[in-house]
Amino acid sequence: MTNSIMIVGVGGQGTLLASRILGNVLGSAGYDVKVSEVHGMSQRGGSVVTYIKYGEKVYSPVIEKGQADIIVSFEQLEAARWLSSLKKGGTVITNSQKISPMPVITGAAQYPEGLLEKIADKGVNLIAVDALSAANEAGSAKAVNVVLMGVLSKVLKGFDEAAWKKAVEECVPKKVIEINEKAFELGTKLV
Amino acid sequence: MSKLMLGNQAVARGLYEAGVTVVSSYPGTPSTEITEFASKYNADEMYCEWAPNEKVACEVAIGASIAGARSFCAMKHVGLNVAADPLFTASYTGVNGGFVLAVADDPGMHSSQNEQDSRHYAIGAKVPMLEPSDSAECKEYTKLAYEISEQFDTPVILRLTTRVSHSQSTVEECDRVEKALPEYKKDIAKYVMVPANAIKKHVVVEERTLKLTEYAENSGINTVEMNSDEIGVITSGICYQFAKEALGDKASYLKLGMVNPLPVKLIKEFAAKVKTLYVIEELDDVIETHCRKNGIEVKGKELFTLQGEYFQSKIKQVILNEADEFTVLDEAIPVRPPVLCAGCPHRGVFYILKKLGVMVSGDIGCYTLGSAAPLSAIDTTVCMGASVSGLHGFNKGRKGEFEGKSVAVIGDSTFIHSGVTGLINIAYNRSNSTVLILDNSITGMTGHQNNPANGMNIYGDPAAAVNLEALAKAVGINSVRVIDPNNLAETESVIKEELAKDEPSVIIARRPCALLKTVKHKAPFKINPDKCKNCKACMKIGCPALCWGENGVTIDATLCVGCGLCNQMCKFGAIEE
Repeated sequence: MTNSIMIVGVGGQGTLLASRILGNVLGSAGYDVKVSEVHGMSQRGGSVVTYIKYGEKVYSPVIEKGQADIIVSFEQLEAARWLSSLKKGGTVITNSQKISPMPVITGAAQYPEGLLEKIADKGVNLIAVDALSAANEAGSAKAVNVVLMGVLSKVLKGFDEAAWKKAVEECVPKKVIEINEKAFELGTKLV
Repeated sequence: MSKLMLGNQAVARGLYEAGVTVVSSYPGTPSTEITEFASKYNADEMYCEWAPNEKVACEVAIGASIAGARSFCAMKHVGLNVAADPLFTASYTGVNGGFVLAVADDPGMHSSQNEQDSRHYAIGAKVPMLEPSDSAECKEYTKLAYEISEQFDTPVILRLTTRVSHSQSTVEECDRVEKALPEYKKDIAKYVMVPANAIKKHVVVEERTLKLTEYAENSGINTVEMNSDEIGVITSGICYQFAKEALGDKASYLKLGMVNPLPVKLIKEFAAKVKTLYVIEELDDVIETHCRKNGIEVKGKELFTLQGEYFQSKIKQVILNEADEFTVLDEAIPVRPPVLCAGCPHRGVFYILKKLGVMVSGDIGCYTLGSAAPLSAIDTTVCMGASVSGLHGFNKGRKGEFEGKSVAVIGDSTFIHSGVTGLINIAYNRSNSTVLILDNSITGMTGHQNNPANGMNIYGDPAAAVNLEALAKAVGINSVRVIDPNNLAETESVIKEELAKDEPSVIIARRPCALLKTVKHKAPFKINPDKCKNCKACMKIGCPALCWGENGVTIDATLCVGCGLCNQMCKFGAIEE
């Protein structure tokens, strides 16, 4: 049995670091883990996605339509964009933050209204949190990624908090460990 | 110890464990991290460098190999076009110390200008090619490649694809095994490829291919896994993982770890054991063609595509006719393409070029994003360096009609890579061409690598820096100007002046990448709603920190780095520090 988690967001939001933290937790629990990342051109403010799969034995590193158990989204529109990847009965954790893509910035498209309600209406388990405020409270808007890992740590059963905290400590830059520890803590309290 | 590693990181670990001592590469997604991770090992054990381009990197590795060192170079698929020249003849000379070249293909073109299949290079150069399917194999095959290189006296290509390079999976670390440097012996018949010697070496190369085919049949690098006599799958690399996920025990597998030369006997034996035989390979029909050539009946590209990545659902749908259920929103979701970052020093240049309405011959790098709306400034992008030489050709082709109305744009690293030869051509064969070197002091798109123009080597230590102004003058360009691209008025006037001149010119737009840690940013700007007339002039620069909403224009303080470009666009002084 393979479990599949997607981390989606906007290039520059720190999705890669979040996936490293999660990969670290899963790996230290003894699972076979595969993490598939996106680098290069697609990172520059574009829509980014990381796949994390774990189980006794994982083959494909990729998650496709209808295959994700959990989607962690760093931004509303990205949660909507990747919703089709969710397995029936799966969970979406999303930051309620909105970041306008270039077609919206230039006025060529509208940012859709009421996305969270529309996602919930599809019968999805939706957990929407204000991760940006929590990150700011922790000391940096950049800590949104670690706040959301705090939220995920409460949703994903079977891993103890100490393993998560150790993973955060090992994966974030040394200079900002305190901010990130606080961000993780605040994340755990959002659910 | 077991560790979660990127495929690229595992290749670097393999280099270290194999006792490699010289690594020379040019960055290129998805291959870049191999050399970055390699440079984290002790430089006294494994020396690493960023070369000016892939041809130089490959030649450095060949030279090191002839000297007796185990050597390595890495590149992306299109980089192998640049390095193909030395590779094809290194196939004839063979090696002294083992020589491995890693090439990373990009099916699906996540970060590339084409989708070429590097397996053709292994066939063309007549060298063995190994293809790992996960990080553990990345390390294992890297080490094996050195054994094969030295045993068969040949360069070996390690073929990766984006999903292998950029996926993490577990790897067992082992100790490094130092290789004693073999003696260097002058051997003209082996290393001097003049016709008389090369004719004899070609015979050796063909004999070597026969021996390598024997190796492919018997060595165990190609493995058979029998589960079903109904469905058989021949596959390699990441496609093996996709096929296993899709079909599990419902199929039998022949997994090819070596994709050149391909075995014949092994495939025939496997084919005889299964009712229907599929070849599952991304990009070109290399394995399929080999099977057909040897009279083996297979199903391949008539069911699968020549384009993009495959993934498990496609295989499941094609072979088992099964599909996963999923949910979609009825809402139209606006696309979110990659954009120039807030504060990007390229933005000002592209805004002015669009305003002037000139033809822009583009190149490969972050600044290729200057082709995206709303800037939409770039006319062409072909390959590294093509902006400069292509502009010369364009101006010759239009018989001078566009001289004064066309420019080339090229980054500092790309200019060093292969722009300088084009510039020499502009000076030598005289076209009235204007070349803008966008010098942001870093190789940007691949994730910030130092380069010969920024004064630092791969280890961040001080190094000789190419003086771009002096270089341009030295090749025969008399008019060389330097501008700050964040100063729109200066940028516009200097570009106009240089376009008006009756001679070739170079403009160096110099400002470091806004993402560099050494760059100090100003506080974010703010919109003063009392002064803002909502004229949207500021929106023309396509900055992701500027947002148009119900309350007019706002500035996202988490993104704005205070570059001041929008401030220069505003006639009403509504954008304040």
